[in-house]
Amino acid sequence: MQAVLHFLQANMWPLIDALVIVGVFPLMAGYVVLLERKVMADMQARLGPMRVGPHGLLQPLADAVKLMIKEDIIPESADRIIFWMAPVLSVTAGMLAFAAIPIGPGFLIAEMNVGLLFILAVSSMGIFGIVLGGWASNSHYSLLGALRSAAQLVSYEVAVGMAMVSGLLLAGTLSMKDIVASQAEKGIWFVFVAPVGFVIYLIGSVAETNRAPFDLPEAESELVAGYMTEYSGFRWALYFLAEYSNMIVVASVATTLFLGGWMRPFASIHALDFLDFVPVLFMLGVTGYCVYRIPKQTGKDQGFILAIFAGICFAIAAALGAVFAPPLAFLKVPVLGAFWFIAKVMGYVYLFLWVRFTFPRYRFDQLMKLGWHYLIPLSIVNVMGVATALVLHRQAGWSSWVAFPVLLAVTVVLAIWLVRAGERRDQEAARSAA
Amino acid sequence: MIPISHYIVVSLLLFTTGVIGVLTRRNVIIILMSIELILNAVNINLVAFSHYVGNLNGQVFAVFIITDAAAEAAVGLGIIIAFFRNRQTLLADEMDLLRW
Amino acid sequence: MMNQVLFYFFAGLAVLGGVLVVTMRNAVHSAVFLITSLLATAGLYLTLNAEFLFVVQIILYVGGIMVLFIFVIMLVNLDVALHQVQFNRQSWVAGLLSIVLLTELLAALALARSGGPGMQLLPPPAAAAASLEGNTQQIGMLLFQNYVIPFELASILLLVALVGAVVMGKKKI
Repeated sequence: MQAVLHFLQANMWPLIDALVIVGVFPLMAGYVVLLERKVMADMQARLGPMRVGPHGLLQPLADAVKLMIKEDIIPESADRIIFWMAPVLSVTAGMLAFAAIPIGPGFLIAEMNVGLLFILAVSSMGIFGIVLGGWASNSHYSLLGALRSAAQLVSYEVAVGMAMVSGLLLAGTLSMKDIVASQAEKGIWFVFVAPVGFVIYLIGSVAETNRAPFDLPEAESELVAGYMTEYSGFRWALYFLAEYSNMIVVASVATTLFLGGWMRPFASIHALDFLDFVPVLFMLGVTGYCVYRIPKQTGKDQGFILAIFAGICFAIAAALGAVFAPPLAFLKVPVLGAFWFIAKVMGYVYLFLWVRFTFPRYRFDQLMKLGWHYLIPLSIVNVMGVATALVLHRQAGWSSWVAFPVLLAVTVVLAIWLVRAGERRDQEAARSAA
Repeated sequence: MIPISHYIVVSLLLFTTGVIGVLTRRNVIIILMSIELILNAVNINLVAFSHYVGNLNGQVFAVFIITDAAAEAAVGLGIIIAFFRNRQTLLADEMDLLRW
Repeated sequence: MMNQVLFYFFAGLAVLGGVLVVTMRNAVHSAVFLITSLLATAGLYLTLNAEFLFVVQIILYVGGIMVLFIFVIMLVNLDVALHQVQFNRQSWVAGLLSIVLLTELLAALALARSGGPGMQLLPPPAAAAASLEGNTQQIGMLLFQNYVIPFELASILLLVALVGAVVMGKKKI
């Protein structure tokens, strides 16, 4: 008993952080779903959910209640234990990755020397949730969808891993906290040093999370709904939660590895320190806009809910502003860092949403061809390019302003040559088969 | 500090379970999975010794074993699929003709 | 104390998973228990301070090899297999001989612990050499300096396995 208490006391902050994440996280994922529906509506020139709460702000709560009270249907010949376990596995993998993600300098639940590889490992555990769910449903559509999805995930994992390696070469460490620290020390975000790696990571992560245009395994017009066909109610909600949490995890990794983590833009230029006030001004602006829209709501309760929402935004703005006061100055970097981190993650997620509603879906063979024939060779060439640039910079003494752009140009030239060689090979294969 | 004999006992139990699986089951895929259990048991042994002796040679060897296990699983499963296409069976008892 | 709890938990899970792998009727259930056993083994690596091996085990073994196994099990899934006899004719002899093997190995272990004639006891475990470099860096140094030839040979082996698996999977060579 004494040992248990001692353990709890020694690990108090990580346990509290973990509880906060497990508790708050489904709500955040629900609001990302609402954001997606609003953005989709905006791109399709309509309004999206407007009815439940002002501007649809309470829609996620309504969705959660609906999904929880739905009837739990299990197909008769399904394998019960694995049917139950598969969504749980997906959600566990999605949430476990959060243990290694640094939201701010002190907000890391589990500081690991191998944090980046841990996240990669946990994402590869998520594949099993999909495959076992598709198999346990005992339905052809589910099985085919699950196998296709697993094949896609495994293929793009290689390209994503290599893109991470190129970022890792620049950082020199696998620990997530130290990767951001190395970006702070070098004074430049790694996206500007290895942009090809960032682009490969972007495309690969869209495929890794089964998002459009790579969402063949789960799109509504293909294979019914793929591996999620037989799941309804709360189990489907778990899969959905797993998908959106994967999206946020992947965005967080990209932010940490390439976009500078919790650092504000131009962190090393102290002349631009006034940018520290941007978070407060942004949240005050959001609050002001909410207050401005209150009289225009159609009902008094809508206005009341919007006022609560404005109050929450004002509280956040107050917290962001209060850290400038001298007694709380030690909280300045963590709290502002958390804001910048969440802003960058939301920007990356917005890229996901934008891409979803812009491009048509890839057919499965096109998807596999993109992964194996184009992205993997490109990622290998990228790793070699970054490694060569680093050797030239460190060993041969070239200036980093010369080495990296030169190797970037070489990588891009090789990439264009690879793509054209691939197209030529496909044309010849088509001609000889015809 | 956990004495090394505990790790060795775990490794031996897993090894024996794997050996029983290879010698006893009819389904070739489960035989392959038992082989993975054996390789895993050896890995635990190597890493335990590496920790208790103090240098990392054991862990490097374990990395090579994992790589080798991946290669062998891939080729083994390819052979199983090729065999299944021809003979429609997965039972080791029924794979008894050298050529037909 | 926490170390011991973790060790017994992971060790018990690994051995239990291993036993269930060889006794389950359904191949997918066996695969799921093998995944459990491999994850527990990764946990054991973590208790031995081998953090690089912990992540490599999960990425390669669980996320690569087991996905491959599950693919193949689902591709060759035979419903009739669930009603066939699971254990072959030599099961009893094989089981008996394996128990003999286990007893022999455990006896060798007990003998080594007590220091029988002509045996040298292993020196007490060296204090955890918490060097500044970190486990991954040290393994990397070893791989690329002392063991570079096995490293290159392992990559050639993987290339051979890749080509071999593709050739085996084709319908017409």
